[in-house]
Amino acid sequence: MGIDAIAPYHRALKNGETTVVATVSDFLARISDTAHLNAFLEVFVDDAMQRAKTLDASIAEGQFGKLTGVVIAIKDNICFEGHRVQAASKILEGFESLYSATVIERLLAEGAVIIGRLNCDEFAMGSSTENSSLGNTLNPWDNTRVPGGSSGGSAAAVAAGLCHVALGSDTGGSIRQPASFCGVVGVKPTYGRVSRYGLLAYASSFDQIGPLARNVDDAALILEVMAGADDYDSTASSRPVPRYSEELTASGKKRFAYLRDCVEHPALDADIRDRFMKMVEGLRNEGHTVQAVDFPLLEHLVPTYYVLTTAEASSNFSRYDGMRYGYRSPKAHDLESTYKMSRSEGFGPEVKRRIMLGTFVLSAGYYDAYYSKGQKVRRLVQDRVKAIFDDHDLMLSPTTPDVAFRFGENSDDPIKMYLEDIFTVLANLAGIPAISVPLGEKDGLPFGVQVMADSFHESEMLAYGKRLLSDDFGVLV
Amino acid sequence: MEITDKTVDELAHLARLQFEGEEKERIRHDLNRILGFMEKLNELDTEGVEPLIYLSEELNVLRNDESRQTITQQQALKNAPQRDSDYFKVPKVLKNPSEGK
Repeated sequence: MGIDAIAPYHRALKNGETTVVATVSDFLARISDTAHLNAFLEVFVDDAMQRAKTLDASIAEGQFGKLTGVVIAIKDNICFEGHRVQAASKILEGFESLYSATVIERLLAEGAVIIGRLNCDEFAMGSSTENSSLGNTLNPWDNTRVPGGSSGGSAAAVAAGLCHVALGSDTGGSIRQPASFCGVVGVKPTYGRVSRYGLLAYASSFDQIGPLARNVDDAALILEVMAGADDYDSTASSRPVPRYSEELTASGKKRFAYLRDCVEHPALDADIRDRFMKMVEGLRNEGHTVQAVDFPLLEHLVPTYYVLTTAEASSNFSRYDGMRYGYRSPKAHDLESTYKMSRSEGFGPEVKRRIMLGTFVLSAGYYDAYYSKGQKVRRLVQDRVKAIFDDHDLMLSPTTPDVAFRFGENSDDPIKMYLEDIFTVLANLAGIPAISVPLGEKDGLPFGVQVMADSFHESEMLAYGKRLLSDDFGVLV
Repeated sequence: MEITDKTVDELAHLARLQFEGEEKERIRHDLNRILGFMEKLNELDTEGVEPLIYLSEELNVLRNDESRQTITQQQALKNAPQRDSDYFKVPKVLKNPSEGK
């Protein structure tokens, strides 16, 4: 679609072949031409143009940051000072953020332009963006299908060429699954690699912000800028941040694992399975070892994820009480009815469902049987993952069991929708990083392969994500 | 575990939510299905397994206990659904003794 990657774009900026103003104008035109996709909830037109002029002036003075003029759109759950943020929920309609997320501060410090906020499932709860209170986002590949979720607007915007890079958040697959459905690259970093300050919390021991991009180089550069310790998030890792964008050469013979239970899963589409196994053969032919490993806990991952994330959500969401900010029901008559009616009218059905589940699993009498049990199973899952990484460098799986589904196809059955996450939740439960890159197409719809690495091994993961995407095994499409 | 209308009411009160009519029927049905799905965890023996609570490897991240003003009063009031010039306006919390409990 004629969007340059960041490196060639930067060469063009430096050579004077283009300007930031021209680039932002092009994106704005494209956004307006594709308004039917409903990827953007709001476009920061004046702000972005003003910022572009300032950046062109600073380029003329010889100032150039890692992301000068790079046009970034953000999921509607990331705070940007002076701009609205509402997590696609009615309960935060009109809310304007008083501060910027740490990731936004860091992107701006390197010269990025934030062009708008993107649709998503309400509070990042969903796998299709159908849970947005602000309408569906259409998959740019096929407008009758979902873009995935919850970062569906982010994936659609990148796929349709409406920004260089988009930010998403990933709690159980919310970056990687839409990346797979829209044929783009999506990265979920190690838990703690990127500060969550300024991300509207869903499940705090799972959430991570990450980039969606058109290629691995751009995603790596964005991650490099965003990652690192933060005074405002004590769970952010103090480990030094590697220069991911300069460590993208896949070298040496690696030991790959793939999860036999994923590949043999009855829900996995046969074409995706074949394509995945061809890739495995390609890696073997290159001299890597690729071993099938058993993962008997596969069927327990999604239930564990829902026990723990709903518990964390029910606690996090107590802040939406209609008192200091957010929606307040005009029908309420006293304190209790203000809480109950504001929340019941402000939240959509999926959010309410998860708050109720979380309230149940944390309630007296059921805490041990559900919540503690979930935490123990999470330990078993992490132990098994660590054991795999004792013997292997990287772990592979399809990103999703199938290609993008049609609107409404999974809406009546929450469990069917929850199983969309079956291959992606593992990384969030174990806290490890994972990337999805496009692997192939089926009937004109893209699907991805997922590369997972041990905690804080993003460099290797990104390098091999790029390798698989670059496709010269001779078997890749 | 069977979720009844009574359980729905109790949970809804704890969560400060309310469900009526069809919506209540729907949430009861969904909770039963999803809790049934979660019961799959009971297949696993977790005897002696330490719960995994903290994902971060950072321990005791400390800072000086200093107060800082990070936003102004006007900023704090900016997003309030109801306010006057100095305060958030909220429904009355305490009742007159004559109004009963």
